[in-house]
Parts: sequence; C-alpha cells; structure tokens
Amino acid sequence: MKAAIVHFPGTNRERDMAIALRQASGQRPQMVWHRETELPLGLDLVVLPGGFSYGDYLRCGAMAAQSPVMGAVRDFAAKGGHVLGVCNGFQMLTEAGLLPGALLRNASLRFLAMDCTMKVERADTAYTRHFQPGQRFKATMAHGDGNYFADDATIERLEGENRVVFRYDDENLNGSRNAIAGICSENGRVLGLMPHPENCVDPIVGGEDGLPLFLSLAESFAEAG
Amino acid sequence: MTALPLLDPARAAQLAAEFGLKPDEYERALGILGRTPTLTELGVFSVMWSEHCSYKSSRVWLRELPTKAPWVLVGPGENAGVIAIGEGLAAVFKMESHNHPSFIEPYNGAATGVGGILRDVFTMGARPIANLNALRFGDPALPRTRQILDGVVRGIGGYGNCVGVPTVGGEVNFHPAYNGNPLVNAMTVGILRADRIFTAAATGVGNPVVYVGSKTGRDGIHGATMSSTEFSADSEEKRPTVQIGDPFAEKLLIEACLELMATDAIVAIQDMGAAGLTSSSVEMAGKGGMGIELELDSVPQRETGMTAYEMMLSESQERMLMVLKPGREALAESIFRKWELDFAVIGRLTDTGRIVIRHKGVTEADILLAPLESEAPLYRRPTEETPKQPPLGEVADPVGLLPALEKLVASPDLCSRRWIWDQYDAQVGGQTSKRPGQADAAVVRVEESVDAGGRLAVALTTDTTPRYCQADPEEGGKQAVAEAWRNITATGALPRAITDNMNFGNPEKPRIMGQFAAAVRGMAAACIALDFPVVSGNVSLYNETEGRAILPTPAIGGVGVLEDVAKAVGLALPPSCDLVLVGETVGHLGQSLWLREIAGREEGPPPPVDLAAERRNGDFVRGEILSGRVRACHDCADGGLLVTVAEMAMASGVGATLDAQGDHRFWFGEDQARYVLAVENGSALLAAAEGAGVPARRLGRSCGGDLVVPGAGAISVAKLAAANEATLPALMQGV
Repeated sequence: MKAAIVHFPGTNRERDMAIALRQASGQRPQMVWHRETELPLGLDLVVLPGGFSYGDYLRCGAMAAQSPVMGAVRDFAAKGGHVLGVCNGFQMLTEAGLLPGALLRNASLRFLAMDCTMKVERADTAYTRHFQPGQRFKATMAHGDGNYFADDATIERLEGENRVVFRYDDENLNGSRNAIAGICSENGRVLGLMPHPENCVDPIVGGEDGLPLFLSLAESFAEAG
Repeated sequence: MTALPLLDPARAAQLAAEFGLKPDEYERALGILGRTPTLTELGVFSVMWSEHCSYKSSRVWLRELPTKAPWVLVGPGENAGVIAIGEGLAAVFKMESHNHPSFIEPYNGAATGVGGILRDVFTMGARPIANLNALRFGDPALPRTRQILDGVVRGIGGYGNCVGVPTVGGEVNFHPAYNGNPLVNAMTVGILRADRIFTAAATGVGNPVVYVGSKTGRDGIHGATMSSTEFSADSEEKRPTVQIGDPFAEKLLIEACLELMATDAIVAIQDMGAAGLTSSSVEMAGKGGMGIELELDSVPQRETGMTAYEMMLSESQERMLMVLKPGREALAESIFRKWELDFAVIGRLTDTGRIVIRHKGVTEADILLAPLESEAPLYRRPTEETPKQPPLGEVADPVGLLPALEKLVASPDLCSRRWIWDQYDAQVGGQTSKRPGQADAAVVRVEESVDAGGRLAVALTTDTTPRYCQADPEEGGKQAVAEAWRNITATGALPRAITDNMNFGNPEKPRIMGQFAAAVRGMAAACIALDFPVVSGNVSLYNETEGRAILPTPAIGGVGVLEDVAKAVGLALPPSCDLVLVGETVGHLGQSLWLREIAGREEGPPPPVDLAAERRNGDFVRGEILSGRVRACHDCADGGLLVTVAEMAMASGVGATLDAQGDHRFWFGEDQARYVLAVENGSALLAAAEGAGVPARRLGRSCGGDLVVPGAGAISVAKLAAANEATLPALMQGV
C-alpha cells in the first residue's frame, strides 16, 4: 500500500495515523506538506489526519480546505483515488465539498474525549472489508465539533444511497443527525469519520478495535499491487 | 556612554514601590547601578527580584531538598529537570503554577499555564508526551467556584487538546480555603535522547541572539509582580495583566524548535515565560557568564508605539529566545519561516558582563548582570511552628459502614472526575496505556523505545493532601511525596524523581513561612528515604485573599519508569480474585475524609508516615506486580480501605465479598503505606509477604455485582458507581 498523510500546520495526529498504517501494511506512509501542489505519484491512499489545522480558527477545516495541497487532493479524488479524513480530516472533506454536510459544535458545547462504540453499516468498502456488517467496535473520540449536520434531502440521499458507513451505537454524544459517525462519497472511495480508529490498533494502547479498518486498506491495496 | 533617560529620583523611588520593590531592595538596586535607574531598568529589577522570579523567601528552605541521584541528569535551576530512563533516553519534566491568573481569568489563566510549562519542557529539546495537572477549588456550593472550575477545565483542554499533547492525569480537591485562590498547577513530561539536552547557558562573544515565535504585545506586563502579592477585592481589575494563549502558535513553535534542534545550530535556548524578554535574556547571559546587547527595534511587535519598558516586561505567549552558532541564522530562519513564525536577530552576546538595551537609538538600560543575581534579595523570614493537633480520641460511628461509603464516594473530594477527563484528549500521540481512572498513575509508552523495538514506559502522577499539610505541614509534606511514590509503585513502575509545586500563603507571616519550612523538611525526609529526588519545581506564595490563606499545598508531580509497559497493572477489580491488603491498619481517623464528611469534623493529627514501612511495603508490591502475579492494585489513600475496594469495584463493575472484620476505624481510617491487591492466589501472596516481613492480610474475594461487608450487609456496585458518577455532572449542570 502506498499511502500519504497530509500535514497541515496544527495537525497533531499524523504520527498516530502513520503508526496505524504501518502496523497494518508494513509500509511507512509518506508525509506531504500542505504547501505542496502535487501529490507523490502512484498513491493508493491519501489521509487527512486529525488535529487543529490552522488552529481551528475561522471554522474547523475551513482554511485547510483552501490550502495549496487540497487542489491536488481534489484531483486525486476526482480520478477515483481513495481519501480518508479522520476528525479534523472529516471536517476538511466537508469544507472542501468532497463530502456533503457539515460538522457543528457538539450538542453539549463541550469537547468530548472518550471512547465510543460505532456500528459498521457497510462492510463492502476498501476501508471496511475486514469488518462484518453490523459489527460494533470501539474507537476514541476527541473533538469539539463532531455534530454531523445536513439538510433533510441530503440525509435522505445519504441513507438511500447507503453512504452512512459508521453510526454511533450506544450513545450519540455529539448530537449528530441519524447518529452519523462516518460517511462516504458516491463511489465509496472518499471516507470521513469523526472518531479515531488509529488510536485503537494496539492491545497495550487503547485496544485493537480499530485495526480492521487499516487491515482492510492494506488488503485492498495489496491486491491492487 | 550615551545619555540614559534616567528617572527623576523622587519619581523613581515612588515607582519602585508601585512595582513591588521594598525600600531596602530599591536601595540595593541603586547601589548596583551607582545612579538613578531608567524606567526600563527599574522594570528589570522589579521583575527579576519579584518573589516569582527570585524565590527570595523560599530559596533558603528549598536547599534542604535532595536533588541528586545517579539517574538525575539535570537538577533544579534549568527550565526543567531531566532523568535517565534507560535505552539512552531521558524524561524531562516540571510542574508550574498559574494560580493568580486562573482566578482572574480562568480560561486563559489555565490555558497559558499549560502553554508555559510545555515551553519549559520542549526548550530542553524534548518532545512533550504528557500533561498532568493538580487543581484546587473553593467550596463547590458557590457559583463562583463552579465558574472557575468550568473555565479552568476548558482552558486546560482548549490548550492541551490543540497542541496535541495528551492530558493523562491529575487531581482535584475542593475546600473553602481556596474560595478566593484556586490553584492551577500544570505539569508536562517530555522525552529526549540523553545526549541531546539543550540548556540556557549562552556562550560565544558575537553570537546572534534570536527571537522566535509569536509577536510581542502589551499583554501580561508585570504578571510576575502580580503573582507576588496578595489579592484584594479589586483583583479582578487586574484582568489586563493576564496573558492570552494561542495553542496553535505553540504547536508550530514546538515543531519548529524540535526541527531546529535536530541540527547543530543552537548554542542556548530559553523560553520567554514570566517576565518575558527580561528574564530570558538575563538568565541566558547570566548563566553563561556573558554580556548581552539587545536592539529592541528588531523585536517583532503586535502593537505600534511600544516602549522599551513595555517590550522588556511583556508576557506575550509562545515566544522563545535562542543563541545560535555564527552563520546558522539562515538555516534557522528557513525553518521558522516554514512554520510561519516570526524570526528576528535582536542582539549579540558580548564579553562585558552587562545587559545593554537599545531602542530607537537610545540606550534604555545598562546593568551589570552578576550582581543582579548575586545580590538579589534573599530572606530567611521568621517562622512559627504549626501547633500539633490534639489527639482525636474516640469517635463513634453515627451512620453505619455502607451509608457512610455511599456518601463518601459521592462527596466532592472522592466523586468521579469523569466530567473533567472527558474534556481532555488523553489518547493523542497513540501511546497512552493507562489513562485517568484506569490506574493509580498514568502510564505512557515511549514512542522512541517502540521504534527501537523496546517497551519502555513512564508512570506519572500528581499528589498532595492539603488537609494533612494544614494540620501538620511536616507530616503532610512527607505524605505528599510518599503518596506520589505509592501511586507510581501501584502500577508496577519504579518511582524515580519528582517535581514540586509549592503553593502557600503570604511568606511574610511567620505561621505561613513555618508551614513552608516544615513541609520542605517532611518532603526532604521522604525523598531521601524513598530515593525520589527533586529535579525541578516552582513556588507560588501570597495565595491569600483579604488575609485568608489557602491550605498549604505542596503539590508533587512524580515520574516512574517501567521497562516493559505490558507489565503495568490497573486498578479495575477482575472477577474471581483474592483481595489482599498489604500494610498495617491501625484505624487512624484524624483528618480523614470520613471524619469530615460523616462526622462533620476537620480535626486531629493526620496519619503518621512511616517511611521505612512505605519503602518496604512498596518494594514488595512492585516486585509482586513485575512477577506477573497481580491482576489489579490500588493504593489506600483518601477515604481509607473500604473506599479503595469500592473504587476498584466501580472501575470494573465487579463486586466483592469481604470477610475481614472491622469497624469504621478499620474501613475508613487513612493509615499510610497500604495497597489493595487482587491476585488469583491469595495464600501465595500472604506467604510471600510473610517471607518479606511485610504485613498483609486477606480481605475477601471478588465476585458478583455487590460489595458485601461483614456485619453491614451488601450494596450494589452499580448503585455506588451511579452515586460516584452523578456528583460532578449535577454540580456543573448549567454552568
């Protein structure tokens, strides 16, 4: 698997993501600086990691969506590339228009840093083939703005097209519509989710509940060569 | 010499008093200068000689603390202490207070407290891997207390979460003595290679002095002076002296500094903390025995028309001062530009031994550095011993064991802190093995070790019991150190060193100075007995409002080392285990939470600390944990034995049937040097304890979902947990 992690000023989970990708695939992802206007050639996957890009100033992910590298990420996605956005990365994907909807302030108006349980709604994507449909798994959430919102028509369309990939299972703590934790693009290749599966890939640290996501990617792209 | 803009003598004397210099201190400054000062010079003397920067009331006592051990690489005096942790790696850590700003403006006060301590650690060359805190608030029934708690928690989270350093532990107490003076003590731990430690001592005549980070504004001017006086009713008017934090800028500064530190460009580096550019430039040049010349026109400024005085005294955040090797300016500048931070050469090192400050062609200050430090005021203030508390005598049990337990686990000092930790990102970095609520100390794996195929981890905790310190400062000082040592031991880690954050009232009062001296005495005894030296620290005095002092609060931040992270144990009680108590129980109720919460009395002497027993019992427990025979371990602290067992049960939801017989003294006494262990084979553990000469006894066995206490009946663990979890959310609802 050839993966790249985009590093924005204020990104802070790029090392966590690199560890998870490497653990599952055995390959070290490349780091791409936000000022780059082109991505490395031959990538299987681009990851927009968690953090506080540009300090979350203006709006979470809003400035990252306008940064030089995002043009290249858009082109990559348009050509059918796989793009994973986690937490702040999910916020960037909605701000960049690569995924519909928006992430609002948590309903409690407080930062939420705790484990949550997610349910896998689709196990047929490159990200989820190592999960069983309906499987429940634990991940860490750490965000102030994870309250997924979209208008009725968009929600209806997402549900109708089976584009909700992960849903909060036990408690919908941030107030997301339809308890949505993660959604994908029409072609299933751009995925955004709020919780951090990359912090759950090691029995000593946070458990291994998130590992299937990375094993799925490793397997998908090992086949692709 | 160019003509200095000297103040009029009468005006200078008046300003000196306003800036907090005592008349004899001002006379001393005149002696060093040999003339009347300029405004900037007066500012430099007043902040460098403030209690906050000079430790003038505390230094004579702090010398009593042991600071050396074979594993101590850097002791007190640098930005933070450093200890070797094995595999060629070292841990850098320090705890620092931001009490006064947090009362005036809780969010920014706490946030900049976190920012400041982070800078102290990455200045040494370390990547910060964990934040902890020690917080004290006033009476929880007061709306103001809840507002301060809310702001402080949001501030700590707002800063720590954004910079991407996990907040992994801490402690919180409530007491009316903190109504007007909450305590916010923040601790950071970082990791570096033991042969790559950066320090502040500047060398090399002509070497460039470089300013990096955020721009300088007028915020925080005289913050250090504010922290060196008591509060009065108009303290909230001091809001403009509280700095505003920008964790985004700090995150960039961390990455840029670490990137530059990987090159050979830096000679010396110092963060701009309290007293900003003044203390950083004075300390760098002073420690290196150099002189320094600054051209303030080059300082990146956020506001127009700033004077030399304002720039030298500003406490704007997220700034660093460094001395570079000659010719490395371009390399350094390219790194800081990449991270979109300011970079400016603002001066040079000289061989004059003087600090010379120029602005707009005028020499605004010219001071010989050596006497600024060597002749700094040093006070051996009068002390008065705290009278010993009379013995408590017999205290009857007014309510019974289980009603008392249910009330205690819901009391403000014992209730679950989940509402707080749920706002702190404890996982970022991907190395947090035991986070809040899972073990007596946080356990964080060392990424550099993992990269090299190792399993090294550090165990981290903050502790002190202010009510013990109030009743007997010496015994309380001992207990604070012993409890930090015990909490680290209870995870299986070897306790290595501490940082201390001494929070006390007005040192000019003999009773307060006596508390300080006695606490240091107790701490020193414990540090020596437990091989647990002090490597860094901070002193916060004048924590008084309208003459009322806080409880003496020597907060201890402890660091331990675990060679194999997989061996760490938590406190959650597994099913089908024998519960064994290690350590002796006399049933000491003086100053216990049971006495305060159930009997309504804050009396008696605190539990005595037998340091030999602490060492013996703790070494035994650690050995058992590392042998792999222990499934869970929790030290006995606030609330006593039954609360300890209940906390283990609540952490897993598993109950226990206890068979040890005892009354309220046995179950709620706060005797020290005790641990509760859950093991598969209790008899084997008891035999091992006997062999080691360690007192131990069986308490019962874990099973089911109830806690069953002989002679008292049963209570469901779920019910206890519900009471334990409900308190803080209910208190904070609507804040």
